[in-house]
Amino acid sequence: MKAAVIVFPGSNCDRDIEVALRQSLGREPQMIWHRETALPALDLIVVPGGFSYGDYLRAGAMAAHSPVMREVVKRAADGVAVLAVCNGFQIATECGLLPGVLLRNASLKFVCRDVHLRVENPYTPFTQQYDDGEVVTIPIAHHDGNYFADAATHQSLLDHDQIAFRYCNRAGALSADANPNGSLDHIAGIFNRDKNVLGLMPHPERAADPALGGNDGRALFDSLVAALS
Amino acid sequence: MIAQHGLKPEEYDRIVAAIGRAPNLVELGVFSVMWSEHCSYKSSKKWLRQFPTAAPWVICGPGENAGVIDIGDGDAVVFKMESHNHPSFIEPFQGAATGVGGILRDVFTMGARPIANLNALRFGAPDAPKMRHLVAGVVAGIGSYGNCVGVPTVGGECTFDPSYNGNILVNAMTVGLARPDRIFYARAAGIGNPVVYVGSKTGRDGIHGATMASAEFDEKSEEKRPTVQVGDPFTEKLLLEACIELMATDAIVAIQDMGAAGLTSSSCEMAARGGVGIALDLSAVPTRERAMTPYEIMLSESQERMLMVIAKGREAEAEAVFRKWELDVAVIGRVTDTGRIVATFKGATVLDLPVEPLADKPPLYDRPWTPIARSRPPVPTLPETSALGPPLLSLLGSPDLSARRWIWEQYDHMVMADTVARPGGDAAVVRVHGTRKALALSSDCTPRYCYADPETGGRQAVAECWRNLTAVGATPLAITDCLNFGSPERPEIMGEFVGCVTGMAEACRALDFPVVSGNVSLYNETSGTAVKPTPQVGGVGLLVEADLMVRVAFRAADDVILLIGATTGHLGCSLYARSLAGSDAGQPPPVDLAAERRNGDFVRGLIHARRLTACHDIADGGLLVALAEMALAGDVGAALGTSPAAGPAFWFGEDQARYVVTCVPAVAEAIVAEAKAAAVPALRLGVTGGNDLTVDGVERISLFDMRAAHEGWFPAYMAAPSD
Repeated sequence: MKAAVIVFPGSNCDRDIEVALRQSLGREPQMIWHRETALPALDLIVVPGGFSYGDYLRAGAMAAHSPVMREVVKRAADGVAVLAVCNGFQIATECGLLPGVLLRNASLKFVCRDVHLRVENPYTPFTQQYDDGEVVTIPIAHHDGNYFADAATHQSLLDHDQIAFRYCNRAGALSADANPNGSLDHIAGIFNRDKNVLGLMPHPERAADPALGGNDGRALFDSLVAALS
Repeated sequence: MIAQHGLKPEEYDRIVAAIGRAPNLVELGVFSVMWSEHCSYKSSKKWLRQFPTAAPWVICGPGENAGVIDIGDGDAVVFKMESHNHPSFIEPFQGAATGVGGILRDVFTMGARPIANLNALRFGAPDAPKMRHLVAGVVAGIGSYGNCVGVPTVGGECTFDPSYNGNILVNAMTVGLARPDRIFYARAAGIGNPVVYVGSKTGRDGIHGATMASAEFDEKSEEKRPTVQVGDPFTEKLLLEACIELMATDAIVAIQDMGAAGLTSSSCEMAARGGVGIALDLSAVPTRERAMTPYEIMLSESQERMLMVIAKGREAEAEAVFRKWELDVAVIGRVTDTGRIVATFKGATVLDLPVEPLADKPPLYDRPWTPIARSRPPVPTLPETSALGPPLLSLLGSPDLSARRWIWEQYDHMVMADTVARPGGDAAVVRVHGTRKALALSSDCTPRYCYADPETGGRQAVAECWRNLTAVGATPLAITDCLNFGSPERPEIMGEFVGCVTGMAEACRALDFPVVSGNVSLYNETSGTAVKPTPQVGGVGLLVEADLMVRVAFRAADDVILLIGATTGHLGCSLYARSLAGSDAGQPPPVDLAAERRNGDFVRGLIHARRLTACHDIADGGLLVALAEMALAGDVGAALGTSPAAGPAFWFGEDQARYVVTCVPAVAEAIVAEAKAAAVPALRLGVTGGNDLTVDGVERISLFDMRAAHEGWFPAYMAAPSD
């Protein structure tokens, strides 16, 4: 499997996800500067977290117009897997790779903490090593993670099993208390219809090492390596 | 005109004598900032010389942008703490944010990648005017900057006291990682080498910030809002990456960030340290506003700017890196052999001053001071029946001891994926990326002790920091400091300063804990009311194996709980006494540095031998508060008791040099015996388990109630209707 991480001015989780990928993959992913207009042959493209362009204008809005994103959108259309984490998810919605938008958190505050997630669709290259309905613990760190989509889009996500993860409590139940940002239908992450693009607000790369307090994110990277190698 | 620049008449006379003529306006402005208290340390220098600054592991002590220590295997740690008090009171969000930006630059200027931020926040009484606004703004500002740059904010302190009502303190610390053979200094060299400006464009913000930081506040201070700078963490991130990329080459000869006093101090200090001159063409400085004058360009404190001397012939290489990161870059001068700072603007010379008097010969003052011997109200007599539950719940839910989750959940404390001990413990622990090592970091000071007895308070601040690092298993290596006091022109305040510094120096010597960098912030007073003396200490310790680390949380049921260190039941200056008396009473606990060292070394030895399952230092609130924090962190209760049963002084006294540790039952007896042999007091307090803390079988305090009190105060305070 060949993997690459896109680096924008202001990306700051690029190294973290590089480390997590290397651990599952056994070799280095490529780091690709956002000005590149051509991509090598790849099986996985990661759009990492951070503050691309300082969140100016709107989180993800400027990076969505970076030269490299046109190429990423094309590759996604060709079926290449794209993992978009946090700011990457915001960029993915801004450039149309995924439907919906990420609004400011309902608390209006940045929030960094562990959250519980329920695996809603384990039948994808990203999630195949999780169980259906499994509850995992993965950290979030964002100011704009409040997922929203209109009713028709929401219905379409439901109809096509596009919801990847929902915020839940320790027992797997959905509740307003367990939703850290007020997102629609407790959505923490979604797929595109073909299930080759995943966008999620939680940071699996921060939960891929037991020393950091959790290892539940590792299965996501292991799933990708198993599915794409 | 002279007074407006914060200069005294005799200081002006000194300028005239130094340059042999009257300065022009630009020159006056340059002198005023270079000779400000903030930049020159003119009131404090005499006393700072007491600090021990050397040790075999110290690579660079005070005087550079930050201190540097060696942690072996080709790794060095670069760190410093700095204040941004006045700006944060006037404009909390931007003031605090740019405080973080400034300290980050001080660290990456030296070739280090920042890996952790800490802060120490001192707010006024919770119900003081606009205090919620200040708390909310400062926390959001710190978060916005650190989160965006992508450096985790891993620890700090936050307390409330009425002495900060008109002058809050915002101290920020950054810790970075470098290679010992790749440290960059601010020492200009190489006659003819280009002086290069990089980063944000220069605007009119922050003019006279350093001067503002060197004067008291009054009721008109809000009018100084335009002197607060505005931060752009995105540009900082680009500047950081660009500098680190260019530092991998040998194109950079010298580098200094444009912080307080902007282009003035960066150019003067680089020239002074290198013993050379610098000629600047101010017309070449990238500006963001039209028609900026030479005076404004020299004194602007616009953020996210760096000045560097580049090796001749390497300009194109440097420019390519900065262009890649979309930063403004311009050659704005040359290194000269004249020993003078000369600036031209549109062809005319606007400034021509000798470097030496500016940077190295500010007036130094030996300010009059009076030793502090405060008569203190006595500690109130305890009531006959003194239940432990109600005071424990009240302390856990008090402004100074309640959980700080509301604060640190707004900070990204996990980015960089090396944070192994998150906020809420004794010290934060971050791994040294790609190695088995980790750094322990802590920021400490107890202002009420410092106010009651400055020398003891100074000793305690250093000892507590050393203890916090020890409590996670780290070997304490060095400190940075941020000395926040009122006006040095008052003998009483100078007395506090002298006392605290003397106590700190003594503790640093006794604990082999040298000072490698620091900052002095004076004039923290409003309309004649000074803040409590607050000599903040930021310490760094090393864990040679990250997984040796222990946490505060009770790990499981049936572990034995031991109290290490002597308990006399000292209630003077304790939070318990304050809760009874309504204000601080009595003298602070004595600090026995020999016992501190003995007890700490013993505990660290147990941790390194992997014999402990948890460890927590005992500080504010005393023993029972420490035990409650361990129970809450682990969600495991404990059965505690002494024979004969002890009273509140035992459980809430704040004797120093103490730890609570836990171990499996099999080793408890041996540990107690070894402690005795090492002259370390050790007392078996009980066993972990259950959902309550029970004391002597009679008091039962549930984890549920403790958690509600502990977690409840901060969110409820911040959610209350705004004032």
